[in-house]
Amino acid sequence: MIRFLTHRTLQGIVLILIVSMIGFTVINLAPGGPLSQYAMTPGMSQQDLDRIAHQMGLDRPIPVQYLDWLVNMVSGDWGKSYRDQSPVLDVVWRHMWATLLLMGTSTAIAVALGTLIGVLGALKRYSVFDYMATVGAMIALSIPTFWFGLVAIFFFSLELGWLPAGNMYTVGDQSFSDYAIHLIMPSIVLALVNVAIWSRYMRASTLDVMDQDYVRTARAKGLPRWRIVSAHIVRNALIPMITLAGLQLPTIIGGALVTETVFTWPGLGRLFIDSLGYNDYPVIMGLLMFSAILTVIGNFLADIGVALADPRIRLG
Amino acid sequence: MTDPVLSVRDLRIRFRSGGRETQVVHGVDFDIRGGETLALVGESGSGKSVTSFALMRLLPEAPRCTIEGSVSMGGVNLLELSERRMAQVRGPRIAMIFQEPLTSLNPVHRVGDQIAEAIRFHRKMSKADIRARVIELLTLVGIPDPARRMHAYPGEMSGGMRQRVVIAMALALEPDLLIADEPTTALDVTVQAQILELLRQIQRATNMAMLFITHDFGVVAEIAERVMVMYAGRIVEQGSLADVLSNPRMPYTRGLLASVPRFEDAGLKTGPLGTIEGFVPSPDNLPAGCSFHPRCPHARPGICDGALPELAAHGAGAHLVRCARSDEPAFGAEPAEVS
Repeated sequence: MIRFLTHRTLQGIVLILIVSMIGFTVINLAPGGPLSQYAMTPGMSQQDLDRIAHQMGLDRPIPVQYLDWLVNMVSGDWGKSYRDQSPVLDVVWRHMWATLLLMGTSTAIAVALGTLIGVLGALKRYSVFDYMATVGAMIALSIPTFWFGLVAIFFFSLELGWLPAGNMYTVGDQSFSDYAIHLIMPSIVLALVNVAIWSRYMRASTLDVMDQDYVRTARAKGLPRWRIVSAHIVRNALIPMITLAGLQLPTIIGGALVTETVFTWPGLGRLFIDSLGYNDYPVIMGLLMFSAILTVIGNFLADIGVALADPRIRLG
Repeated sequence: MTDPVLSVRDLRIRFRSGGRETQVVHGVDFDIRGGETLALVGESGSGKSVTSFALMRLLPEAPRCTIEGSVSMGGVNLLELSERRMAQVRGPRIAMIFQEPLTSLNPVHRVGDQIAEAIRFHRKMSKADIRARVIELLTLVGIPDPARRMHAYPGEMSGGMRQRVVIAMALALEPDLLIADEPTTALDVTVQAQILELLRQIQRATNMAMLFITHDFGVVAEIAERVMVMYAGRIVEQGSLADVLSNPRMPYTRGLLASVPRFEDAGLKTGPLGTIEGFVPSPDNLPAGCSFHPRCPHARPGICDGALPELAAHGAGAHLVRCARSDEPAFGAEPAEVS
């Protein structure tokens, strides 16, 4: 186990390094650049621009800039946002918990509902419920998130007035219920696609397990049906889902991008879009690193989770 | 004679798939008594496994599969029980061991827990008592160091050991009838002999009835008192071990017997191995008359391809044969030998 852990950690570090190199290069190859913000300021001369570039260290060759950035990053200094000079780690941290709240809620909904629908669909294969779940998943997967979000806002905020149209809380009222009511629509909109994905995987996995000989053995033992389903079908069908869940962790950033924009949710997705618009390289790099680290951690946790859940992996 | 533990009458099984219905078992009758081993023999596709699964109602549910006839145990027709009542029959009344020891245990649960589970849902026993019973069962089936091995996962055991666990599981509630569906087919010959010996010992100790499904007459000769040969969903010959093995009257039985490899007593010289030409017919497309006649070396037009022969008594005893020509004096010059 120790060998496995060190091995995976080293692999992760190498992966993150490669991602950082590619990311840094690509960002610097893109047209524009941080100076274009200053260039638009009235009365800005080329001399001023050169001085600013020198101050920011942008006049050095890109490999030097990269090494500088890398050394600082490893020592915990992820640079300062070009926008407001606040440290990148602080900026990411500030936005992260908004995203975690949204993603956490939405993932909980998606996993619970998706697992339930998937298992029921498999147990009652070809039933009316199963067909409805299949068609429903297809529809959910085909609806663009932004459109569904806008339609939801139209009905539940504008027409019915039940739910707020956006933001995470009402200024001046930051009670639990205020957060909760703001959370309902974005988390459900975000969960929709994941419920569909999760239920399809779970259905396939359950059907796979239901055909296994050990399920027949469980029936031959005269176990009650609920016990067969819980201990011998769902228990085994969930194992491949752990890997899927691990792969979903990095989508915390990408996955919420559209939803956060539609619902003006102050999370990492919106931070990313805004930072791109401002050519805020340190924040973009920070988010890129954050996402790479989450990918590595997600896979890592999934591997450990699978090993814990499946003795064949643990002991094999 | 004692009453049979299990009585099967006119068992008919049909599968439906894609709107088409296929009958795979056509009216099977038999009884099994306590302490007796009945072997059910046939090639793959003869319907022997399906028959055994039907007894435990482990086949897919209607509409995909229809089971008709009666399977009586203690005056109750198991086919009419609700799924919940049937679950109470599985385990304490009928238990089953399967052909594939490698896949018939759940890989993510400890073997001890899987045996305990078989007890827990049928008997009100304390955890400590169940644990003691699990160790007792593992000892009974010959697993060394049971107190430690009960914590192992199936993946940590060999095929033979896993089959012993499956047997321990089946014996946990001392069933009246044990159905063994080719329990030794997937195992090494030496392990096979051990498992057969184990089953025989347990049977002697508990007076349990056993339905032993196999395609191997070598195994039949080891373990069974009575033999039933099945072909294309019908019983074609039935009788005592001596009747069927020493005096087989149905050409299909003879073909099966001739295809058992055998070493002659002296010098390991063997004759050519017998084979039965052709394949078991598809249940969708059974030949008219005797189902075996297209493959039968003794088939005669007008006799064998007309009406389906009845399963009729041959001689005085309980030897039943389904063959139109079995009573002809010249039919089958010499019976196959039994090793």
